[in-house]
This record gives sequence, C-alpha cells and structure tokens, in this order.
Amino acid sequence: MDMLELRGIDKVYRSRGKPPVHAVRALDMAVEKGEIVALLGSSGCGKTSTLRMIAGFEDVSAGSIALGGRRIHELPPARRKVAMAFEGYSLYPPLTVRENIAFALKSAQLPRAEVTRRVDEIARLVEIEDILDSYPRAISGGQQQRVSLARALVRDADLYLLDEPMGQLEPQLRAVLRGRIKSLLAERGMTAIFVTHDQTEASALADRIAVMEGGVLQQFASEKELKGRPANLFVASFIGEPPMNLLDAGVTRSDGGFRLSVGTDMAFEIGGAGLDGEAAKALAGAPQVRIGIRPQKIAVGTGEVRVKVVSNQWLGDQSHIAGDCGGRMLIAVTPGRVAARPGDVVPFALEPRHLHIFGGDGTCIRHAEVS
Amino acid sequence: MEHSSLAGRIFRGVALTLILIFFMFPIVWIFLMSFQTNEQILRIPPRILFEPTLANYEALISGQLRTAAGNLQISFMRNLFNSVVLSSAAVLLALLLGVPAAYAFARFKFRLGETIAFTLLSFRFAPPLLVLLPLSLYYQELGLNDTYFGIVWVYQLIALPLILWIVRGYFEDISPDIEHAYRLAGHSWREAFTRIAVPLAGPGIAAAGLLSFIFCWNNFVFALILASADKQPVTVGALAFVTASGIQYGQIAAAIVLSVTPTLLLALYAQRYLVEGLSLGAVKG
Repeated sequence: MDMLELRGIDKVYRSRGKPPVHAVRALDMAVEKGEIVALLGSSGCGKTSTLRMIAGFEDVSAGSIALGGRRIHELPPARRKVAMAFEGYSLYPPLTVRENIAFALKSAQLPRAEVTRRVDEIARLVEIEDILDSYPRAISGGQQQRVSLARALVRDADLYLLDEPMGQLEPQLRAVLRGRIKSLLAERGMTAIFVTHDQTEASALADRIAVMEGGVLQQFASEKELKGRPANLFVASFIGEPPMNLLDAGVTRSDGGFRLSVGTDMAFEIGGAGLDGEAAKALAGAPQVRIGIRPQKIAVGTGEVRVKVVSNQWLGDQSHIAGDCGGRMLIAVTPGRVAARPGDVVPFALEPRHLHIFGGDGTCIRHAEVS
Repeated sequence: MEHSSLAGRIFRGVALTLILIFFMFPIVWIFLMSFQTNEQILRIPPRILFEPTLANYEALISGQLRTAAGNLQISFMRNLFNSVVLSSAAVLLALLLGVPAAYAFARFKFRLGETIAFTLLSFRFAPPLLVLLPLSLYYQELGLNDTYFGIVWVYQLIALPLILWIVRGYFEDISPDIEHAYRLAGHSWREAFTRIAVPLAGPGIAAAGLLSFIFCWNNFVFALILASADKQPVTVGALAFVTASGIQYGQIAAAIVLSVTPTLLLALYAQRYLVEGLSLGAVKG
C-alpha cells in the first residue's frame, strides 16, 4: 500500500519584481509503508521545497499530497501526523534537551513514565544521554543535530521527514548512527523521507533514492538500479564515484549493427543481440550520441585504447588512474596498484557491452549489460 | 578584560568617572535644587552646602503654590496621574496592535507589506507640529479633543512605529523553523505565536515597550494642543511654574524629580528583565 502519494506537485515561488522561480515541476512519487526514501540532489534542486510541502510549511502551487489515504495538502501542519527534523535544528531555546525531545509526547498527553522511557531510549540511540539536562545553547552543533533528530524520531507519526539529518556529524559517528537509525526505522516499520546531497548516505540509509535536478524528478529507484540503469545523462553522471566517463560519439551503420566512433581514437561495434528494437531505431535516427562507461568497468593494462596517464592515485584499496586520450579525459578504477607514472602511455580496455548510450536529449538509449 | 595593564585600568576608571559625572551632573544638580528655596537657588555664587527644605515637595503634593504674588492652585499630582495613565494606556495599546503586526511583517510577505511598514515608520520622522493643526481640527470635529482616548490615540504616532520596528527585528532573528517544529507537534500557528514567538522575543518586546513608554512620557506638543488642564501630563503641567512673579525653580526641580522617578524605576526593573531574558539558557547550561 502506498503510504505517501505525491501527485503532479508544482511549486512556484513568486516575489514582486523578480521572475517566478519554478522550484518543483510535476512531481509524481509514491512511497510505500515502511519504506525509507532519500531525496538526493545538488542544492537548489527542489528537494527541501518538496519536504516542506509535505510538512505543510509551503503551499503546493498545484497537485495533491495524500498520506495514509488522507488528503493532507490542505491541512494545517498540526493535523498532518508528520514529524520532522530540521536542517537548522530549531530546538526550543528555553527548554532543556530532555524537554525538547519530550515536548510533542507531552502535548500528546502520554503518561509521564512512558515519556521518560521513550526519551531515554532515543537518547541512547543517538548518544546524547549525557547532555539531556543541558540547554540547546550550551551544546555543539553536532549535538543539537542529534537532539533535533531524536525529537523527530521519538514521536508517533505516519511519516518522518529528515532534512540533512546528519550533515553536522563526524564521519565515524555518522556511520554508526546511520546503521542504528536504519534498524530503528525498519524495526518499527516507520516511513521516512530524508533529504541529502551525500550519495553515500543516501545509499546506506535509503531503500529507494529519488534523484532531483532543476525541480524535476529524474529517477526514483534503488541505488543498484540508479547505478546500473540510469534513466538519463544527469543520473548517469550524478550517481557514482568517481563519475561515469562520458564521451561524444558519431554513429554510423555497419553490417548488422552500428559503429560508434569517438574521434579517431576509439570505435565500438554495437550490434545485433545487444540491441533491442527501440534502441536500434533510436540509434538509427541519431547521428551523434553520448556514451558513458563507469570507471570501474575500464580494464587497465590491456586493450587497444592508448591513454597518456595524467595522474595515478592509490587510495589504499583502489587506484584511480586519470588519462588523456586524444584530448578526452578518461578515469579508470582498478582494485590493485598500477605501476604507471604521469606521462606514461597505458592501454585501457573499454568493452562495448559496458557502454551506456544516451541520445541527444539526454535520455538513455541503451544501458550497459549487467555483469 | 583581565589581561589589560594597570595603567589601562586606571585610565578606564578615570574616563568612566568623567563620563558618569558629565551625564549625571544635571540630574544630581536638579535633585539638590529640589530641596532648596528659590532664594537659595538664585544665590551667587551657588553653594553645595545648604539647609534642605521639603517645601517644594509639600507645595506640589498639596497643590498650593506660594509665590510672592500670592497663592496659586496647581494640579501637579493630577498631571502626574495623567502622565501615568496616558503613557501606560498608549504603550499597552501599541503593544497589542504592534506585536502581532510586527510578527506579520517579519514572517509573511504580502502585497504592500513593506510599504505599510515604512509608512508606519514615517510617522516617526514627520514633525509633530506638521500634523497637529489638521489633527486638532479633526479632533474638534470628532469630539476627541481633551479626552484620554484621543490623546492615547495620538500617542500611537509615537509608540506604534517604535514597537513595530524593534519587535519586528527580534521576530526576524527567531528561526521560523522553531515555530514550524512546534506546529508539527500538533499546535496551531496562533499557539506558535503566543507560546513560542512572543516569549522568545520577550526581551525585545520589553525593550521596545520601555522605550516607547519613555517617549510617550516625554511628549509635550501633542498634549499641549489637544488636552486641557485636567487631562494634561506633567510635561505640560510644568508650564504652571512659570508664574507672573517669576519662575519657581525649586518646584520645577521637585516636579522633575517626581516625574522622572516612575520611568527610572520602570527602566531599572525592565533592565533586570532584559539581562535575564537575553542570557537565558547560556547561564544555566
């Protein structure tokens, strides 16, 4: 069953004397009960606007929001049954940390013992037991962020909205908390949406990731799907570290298939079995395409593509080799060390089956084969 | 600043003393004058040592002003009462109107919002004399001349813009997300305003209220033109001491001491509150 359903959401900010800003366009999204969803994108992509429309601090310019079968986009925030952790923490300054966390529970008139039990439990989870009696002003940003997270998670709500929930935390603590929060959400079957610009966080915490750019939902899928079958050029280049290598290629017909040539340095034969009918039709109609290949799929030391090494970094568990091939930059990632210095010429192997092919409008014509 | 040198500390002390003397001298001098007779005050050279008299205060409180030309009736206590009533009522009304308005200007963008806010501020820089003539004509027409209500209303020109603009700044400093968090916890925006925004802006509201109280208290022209004897505040009432037989310096000084006292007490009280409000949380943590 869909817990949250966004249908045709538009958000336009209008201010006098300035052109209107279209922050979110025709957003359709359905989140299942108990699912954890990440809104991923660079700043200004509309992810926080989306979150605030669900919470009710921003009106929707068009479209509808339903939560648990209730149409909520016209309800005041108080009646939406939504909990939220804010990016700016927004703790109540005159209350202690404990009172801050317990606040909504007290408003809901839970018995005192129950409130104390739940506050202690969530405080242990985010490691703030020792500052429960401090005031928000007296604790660090990272601690405030954890308090804000605890204040949201302690509530009983249909949906939990977390805006950059771990942006201020140290990397080690972030990794620990991610695991704990994920298991808490899963254990209680809580539905959550969180906003982040950190891919690692999105992949670690979320069941599905919604990639947004320019107010438009680019793709809403699992991390594996986003990596293996990116819907368009933006998702392909945005997801993955280091980013996918992208090259312009000319398309010519060859016997039984197509030949994609990148300048005079590389050429790939794509044909027959690897192409379905629609992809073939799209390729036939496109003189120029963009081809992409993940750095992890480039084999170093074999193959026919001659690359002049620009940099060779050993990251402790993998090598990143950046090379120049006829003015185009290619990055390859290999698990072992490679003995190559800048200036050396090294062969790279790019196999046609690993190529993603994108049309002129950025949509994907063919995905790489899953290996 | 414990790390400053001894010479620096001495210099700071001397400078502070000088400034204090410079600003406090007129007040101290008036305080001393209020215990002297007119003859003692006008003596040349003036003396620091004198035989204090309570005659000035007696005259003010009893309402009997003895001058060389005979006894005069003055209504100083009535004037003092008027000042308290007018200023308090004006500030209360301005807070009632101004705080919600300040909140609206701080939180919501609406058509003509900035224009309205600026128009309200412009009341402060229009010279009062400019508006007085048309105002007094209107007041006569409306029957508001010489009523408490009419004067409190015209005092809004002083108090409202001040409160509006000071409190607006305080509201803007509070993150709207604090109220959002409160509203998500099941409260209406009205509750968020009264339980979160107003208490958090408390020190600012107190400061603005105090400041506008002082401005109302010190106002002279509005009351001079729009109020007759029994509605006049002390500022206008003090004119009574300029009599046919000379200026009653002693009584004026006593009147000043009496009329400064309420604002001074209020300021001292509110100052304590301001410090408390601003340091809340930081100290206890």
